[in-house]
Amino acid sequence: MAPAKTMFAKLWDAHVVLERDDGQTLLYIDRHLCHDGSRQGFSKLKDQGRKVRRPDLTFASPDHYRPTDVKSVAEIQDDKMRAILEELSANAERFGIHHFGLDSGMDGIAHVVGPELGITLPGISLVCGDSHTATHGALGAFAFGIGASEVAHVFATQTLWQKKPKAMRVTVDGKLGFGVSGKDVILAIIGQISAAGATGHAVEYAGSAIRGLDMEGRMTVCNMTIEAGGRAGMIAPDETTFDYCNGRMFAPKGEKWDKALAYWQTLPSDDGAEFDTEATVDGNAIAPMVTWGTSPENVVPVTEAVPDPANEPDPVRRKTQEGSLDYMGLKPGTPMTDIAVDKVFIGSCTNARIEDLRIAAKVAKGRRAQVRTLVVPGSQQVKRAAEAEGLDKVFTDAGMEWREPGCSMCVGMNGDLLEPGERSASTSNRNFMGRQGEGGRTHLVGPAMAAAASVSGHFADVRQLMEGSN
Amino acid sequence: MDAFTKWTAKAAPIDAANVDTDQIIPAPFLSRIRTEGYEGLLFYRVRRTADGEMDPDFILNRDDFKDTGILVADRNFGCGSSRENAAWTLVDNGIRSVIAPSFGDIHYNNEMNNGMVPVMLDAGICADLRRQLHANPGAEITVDLERNVVVAPDGKEHAFTIPAFNRERLLKGLDDVSFTLEQESDIAAYEAKRRDEADWLFE
Repeated sequence: MAPAKTMFAKLWDAHVVLERDDGQTLLYIDRHLCHDGSRQGFSKLKDQGRKVRRPDLTFASPDHYRPTDVKSVAEIQDDKMRAILEELSANAERFGIHHFGLDSGMDGIAHVVGPELGITLPGISLVCGDSHTATHGALGAFAFGIGASEVAHVFATQTLWQKKPKAMRVTVDGKLGFGVSGKDVILAIIGQISAAGATGHAVEYAGSAIRGLDMEGRMTVCNMTIEAGGRAGMIAPDETTFDYCNGRMFAPKGEKWDKALAYWQTLPSDDGAEFDTEATVDGNAIAPMVTWGTSPENVVPVTEAVPDPANEPDPVRRKTQEGSLDYMGLKPGTPMTDIAVDKVFIGSCTNARIEDLRIAAKVAKGRRAQVRTLVVPGSQQVKRAAEAEGLDKVFTDAGMEWREPGCSMCVGMNGDLLEPGERSASTSNRNFMGRQGEGGRTHLVGPAMAAAASVSGHFADVRQLMEGSN
Repeated sequence: MDAFTKWTAKAAPIDAANVDTDQIIPAPFLSRIRTEGYEGLLFYRVRRTADGEMDPDFILNRDDFKDTGILVADRNFGCGSSRENAAWTLVDNGIRSVIAPSFGDIHYNNEMNNGMVPVMLDAGICADLRRQLHANPGAEITVDLERNVVVAPDGKEHAFTIPAFNRERLLKGLDDVSFTLEQESDIAAYEAKRRDEADWLFE
């Protein structure tokens, strides 16, 4: 009998072009996603006088620099942003790659567009010049983020040199409580294993709480694998995955679907497969989470208070935590629910899919935003689906802004920003210093908690807010 | 890409865990193309006070750490965003090596793809190096890639490992793409096999 293999080992082995004696492996890349920020990779390719080897496997959608208050490139006021989007169109045309521009009706954040168009499929290898590429692992793919030199390498060769990461399994068993979503699960995991807990690993998320998540929740979990230091995150494909893929634009059809499905069913880790590192998190105990510092590992349940760095025994960690609190303008011991917010952002590749917007709308319905709130769907498809359900109306009736799809206030490079000193409740993935604008103070939360903060003006336990309505 | 054999330079301690690439180079500078250069932009925001003045307490602003060529950091250096601009910013400001207990995986590769040597040493050794650098500002460290050792200010040598593949490339200053393109027959053979076994991936 063949030895038991992890899903990651199966995915890895299926993509080996060649392996050197020192273990360095040339991996084949099935799908390459690009965006407007991939321009540095295109420049390198042009400087080298090379072509894209497989334009048919290369897909681009503008997201990072796309202002969310316009519908077309021509309307973009900022010269630099407009030029960057025009550059992506020109590069796409020059190299013959797929391009979902603002006039395509399919544009959006690369990590939202990939899965919803069926570009992302179980069993594939996928890369993108963006650290949140692990998102796609939610479908049972091996997906990871790369730098600009590597982007140029994939353009030219459709391959990448990689050293095999270690395999890690994070098991979350139990039943998630009301008001607890994929975002709270991944924040709880990072809080437990730290922002470097998965460094050098490909992480498989397993357990009943993970299997119980819908595709959107699974993508949220995998998306933030990089925030735990992990190279890739993945979840075994199952009926939820197959139902999600079926019928999507680039997904296989007919006989090809049947053949693909038969293969995809062989992907989950074999019983008894060994992982280099294991962690377990109690799903029953996860509460809605809020970050308090400038690393995603600085996170507590909303029912708790800002921790005291004095309790941290390690002097460097203590200094880092003190620096975080100073930057965040917070005092140890302050209950999280006493912290007032200035802006709320619901969006990003972490939480801008239809299910995220449904959860947020449920909380916003019949209530009133107390602070400026941006709701930014992840793609045109998500936007249309939300509008068909009337979610846009729920948000605008609550006084929230319903905008065009893009990375928006997650990246601080498209005009959607925090002002210095402003504090946000944000469904994005990073609370780094200055991430949402110079001097901006970011608290990461799930979409329900973001909506709860919006209608309360401060962090609030969405479970109390929604009491009786479930 | 410049070859890297041995690098001796003044080293600075960075006493924080999780130094993310947003700190190394903030988002507003990412639209700069490579040839514009990133001089003067290293840690652009975190080295300044809220009113935009240089923070005299930030280590790289101190006179005795001028011309620093090596950083000694804590765990998870370069975590976060995949922006290769972070490696460009380090190189353009004279930093050719960072020593830390662990690195963000993407940034680790980005450093090597720009002629830098990221050195992983035990957390205890890194803490000791930082202590030495605080005690003797301006002290030098040597990163010797030919011998795979770091020579500390106190003269002690610490061995480190780096993937052999990248080490070869760094020592010669070679770019990966030309080498990979020499493997064309293997790539073409894989593509033919893939098309046969997983035809649903192709139109």
